[in-house]
Amino acid sequence: MSAYLTELTLAHFLTLGAILFSLSVAGIFLNRKNVIILLMAIELMLLAVNMNFVAFSRFHGNADGQVFVFFILTVAAAEAAIGLAILVVLFRNRNTINVAELDDLKG
Amino acid sequence: MDMKTLLLLIPLLPLAGSIIAGLLRNQIGRAGAHWVTILGVAASCGLSFYVFKLIALDGMAAINTSIYTWALTDGIRFEIGFLIDSLTVVMMTVVTFVSLMVHIYTIGYMRDDPGYQRFFSYIALFTFSMLMLVMSNNFLQLFFGWEAVGLVSYLLIGFWFKKESAIFANLKAFLVNRVGDFGFLLGIAAIVASFGTLDYAETFARAPEAVGQTISIFGGAEWSLLTVICICLFIGAMGKSAQAPLHVWLPDSMEGPTPISALIHAATMVTAGIFMVARMSPLFELSEVALSFVLVIGAITALFMGLIGLVQNDIKRVVAYSTLSQLGYMTVALGASAYSAAIFHLMTHAFFKALLFLGAGSVIIAMHHRQDMREMGGLRKYMPITFITAWLGSLALMGVPLFSGFYSKDLIIEAVHLAERPGADFAYWCVLLGVVVTALYSLRLLFLTFHGKERMEESVRSHLHETPLVVTIPLILLAIPSVLIGYFTVEPMLFGGFFQDAIYVAPGNDVIGEIGHHFHGPLAMALHAVVTPVFWLVVLGSAAAVMIWFWKPQLATWFAQTLSPLQRMLDKKYWFDEVYQFLFARGSLKLGNGLWRYGDAGLIDGALVNGSAGIVGRLAVLFRHLQSGYLFHYAFAMIVGLILIIAAFVILDKGMLEGIF
Amino acid sequence: MSIQVLVFYLFGTILTLSALSVITVRNPVYAALFLVLAFFSSAAIWMLLEVEFLAITLVLVYVGAVMVLFLFVVMMLDVNLSRLREGFARYLPVGILVALVMAGELLLVIWTKGAEKLPLPPGNPEGFSNTTYLGERLYTEYLFPFEIAAVILLVAIVAAITLTHRGRSEGGRYQDPARQVQVTRDERVRIVSMPAVKDKENGA
Repeated sequence: MSAYLTELTLAHFLTLGAILFSLSVAGIFLNRKNVIILLMAIELMLLAVNMNFVAFSRFHGNADGQVFVFFILTVAAAEAAIGLAILVVLFRNRNTINVAELDDLKG
Repeated sequence: MDMKTLLLLIPLLPLAGSIIAGLLRNQIGRAGAHWVTILGVAASCGLSFYVFKLIALDGMAAINTSIYTWALTDGIRFEIGFLIDSLTVVMMTVVTFVSLMVHIYTIGYMRDDPGYQRFFSYIALFTFSMLMLVMSNNFLQLFFGWEAVGLVSYLLIGFWFKKESAIFANLKAFLVNRVGDFGFLLGIAAIVASFGTLDYAETFARAPEAVGQTISIFGGAEWSLLTVICICLFIGAMGKSAQAPLHVWLPDSMEGPTPISALIHAATMVTAGIFMVARMSPLFELSEVALSFVLVIGAITALFMGLIGLVQNDIKRVVAYSTLSQLGYMTVALGASAYSAAIFHLMTHAFFKALLFLGAGSVIIAMHHRQDMREMGGLRKYMPITFITAWLGSLALMGVPLFSGFYSKDLIIEAVHLAERPGADFAYWCVLLGVVVTALYSLRLLFLTFHGKERMEESVRSHLHETPLVVTIPLILLAIPSVLIGYFTVEPMLFGGFFQDAIYVAPGNDVIGEIGHHFHGPLAMALHAVVTPVFWLVVLGSAAAVMIWFWKPQLATWFAQTLSPLQRMLDKKYWFDEVYQFLFARGSLKLGNGLWRYGDAGLIDGALVNGSAGIVGRLAVLFRHLQSGYLFHYAFAMIVGLILIIAAFVILDKGMLEGIF
Repeated sequence: MSIQVLVFYLFGTILTLSALSVITVRNPVYAALFLVLAFFSSAAIWMLLEVEFLAITLVLVYVGAVMVLFLFVVMMLDVNLSRLREGFARYLPVGILVALVMAGELLLVIWTKGAEKLPLPPGNPEGFSNTTYLGERLYTEYLFPFEIAAVILLVAIVAAITLTHRGRSEGGRYQDPARQVQVTRDERVRIVSMPAVKDKENGA
């Protein structure tokens, strides 16, 4: 039986995080028009990062990682609240959440 | 009144006069302007004579005093101070006396000029500057005075600033003097660098320690420190005292009003260089090389500038070239270590050359500001006082025995004869030939102006008359010392140890002392002259002049034709002007144009100022396409950056990632 | 193969698949629900790592609050879904490429620099409370960051309300206590003078 399947190592968890992260990056590319999905992809990214923090905290026996995750969760909640509020205002004003139409920054 | 206040008053009174005449010119009017400046200079002159009496006759010790400390930095004191010794008092009296005469004379000469008050303000300012220069006890103040007289000279040469030639001349004088001043400044800098002081006394005290020291300039070459210092200082003197090859500005400076030519460009300012070298005698005595350099430069100037005077037709220019030649004599005396003879000649020359210039000015007034001698002739009938004083001045200049110029010039020639340093033989022949040349051009001037046929236009002739008293009185007052001062002062000044505190002569170089052994009074010296070559050379020159210009004027044209290449060379002044014009004036113009076109307009304006703006603009045109405004583009850029950074970490990994887990 | 490894692979697979669904499904409501599933799976894996408090928090905060918020917004807004899917196929290759490159790089680092040799440490002793442990940390060592986090949340609340609040001017009825207090008699009571006796002359 392969070594990957007999024992859990740090690499397993980091790999899971890396896959999650890469998937959310791909999600940002694929759903480039839908702000809601973009926000979800960002949540996924944060989850990937949290996964790494938690894994490091556990494997190094250090609480700092967990505290950091705690703060990330706080900030992510705030971010989601404000992000969705912006989204609502945006929809009210422009009647769309299509990112392709949000190009007021264009130089 | 204590001594410091008195000394301060001497330069400050003319300055006060200058400021009043300059700033309040409309309030005080023309008469007010000349009264205030003349009173200031007259008081200054009186005080100078008083100080002269204290030092020279009452035997008071030299005064070396500091008036005011301007700044103290890095152990170097910037001070204003006075050093009053025998050398200074001679200069002070000469400067203030000639200046006073010129002030009075100016009333007549500038009578109708609209810039009357301005002129008085300038010449009083000049008197102040020159006094600051000669009374200084440190190099800073010396430099201040040096530049201040240069500034006033610049302003006065261009006094008639609407005349294009005057503007050209004053710019030329200014630029050529800058060349000299550059050397002067380097010399002062070298003194500060090696002796750490600006004070004369301290510098002279430390100078003997510097013998044998060398400094390295221009790469590896080792130069004697003192030689470098002395030659640099002398380059300054060359500019100010118009020694070849920096002499070109002095003839052109005749574009200024004649009183200025007399005061600044004959009697006082141009002798500042001579004075300075005499003042620095403790330094120059320590460098044989520098003295040889001085000797040769002076000899070249003395002979070759005199030769040019032979072919000039402008009456003032003849006197100007004569001045150059006489300055050459003084420089030769300096180079021969006969500093006191140089100062002596400086003094006698100041009187008779001021006299000659003012006499020429008098002629010019009478001729309604025509200066060409070819249009003159026979003026002796119309202006007897000018005629007599001009003859007296010329005889003094030629060095006819008993006249003041005889004593000073004869001594210089004698001193050069006795000097033993390299170049002395060359200098001796130059000054001997110079005597003939002096006689020739002096008599030529007199004959062409006062004798012979009356060649002027009828309209001018009908108005010819002697000039007013304000002109003739200075002429007479200057004629007296021109004739007599040599006879009365040669013994006390040169052989009485008058300058022994002020001028240092190394024991082996004391040519004047050597002459002193054979000196038995001024009258004996004059009688003895009959058996010296100098006298016979004067006679020879005079005879030739009488023959050519008085007796047989057609000889002059015959000579001019036969010796036409020589005539042409002299006429063109050895092409100095052309060469300078081509090399420096046009060269720097081209350089300036090039720098302007390519450096300023092209590089700075084009490439740097507008160029940077243009590059930013052009880059912005490119980069604005990146600013699509789409969030996912920015996110994409971030992610690509992230990927690249990780890739860089992985690829360039030099053990950085070891043990990160 | 121990039970831990089994749990890890099980929930890891669910997590990966649900994440994949989040980014690929057409309907945002489904996407949100898949995200909920992803969070649940993560919480399970965190349990495996013995970070119980955070695992519970993740479920409570994300699933209970954030994801409900997402669902609300998705359903509240009348979004034209088809237009939002434009370009999905076009960007698929790029997205896959970027994801693969990134995952490859990350895995290269993870699997070659020693992480694969770090085994799971022994579990916490019996009676160990992760919540107590974390609480002690937060209220001592991390007190100030903790308070800042509280402020951030407060600011987020204020910001969200300020952004979405429409104000009162749109015809809604509301009270103005200040005006209520300052009310005078004349505004409330009108004295109407009426004759007590009926006017018979004018009457019918």
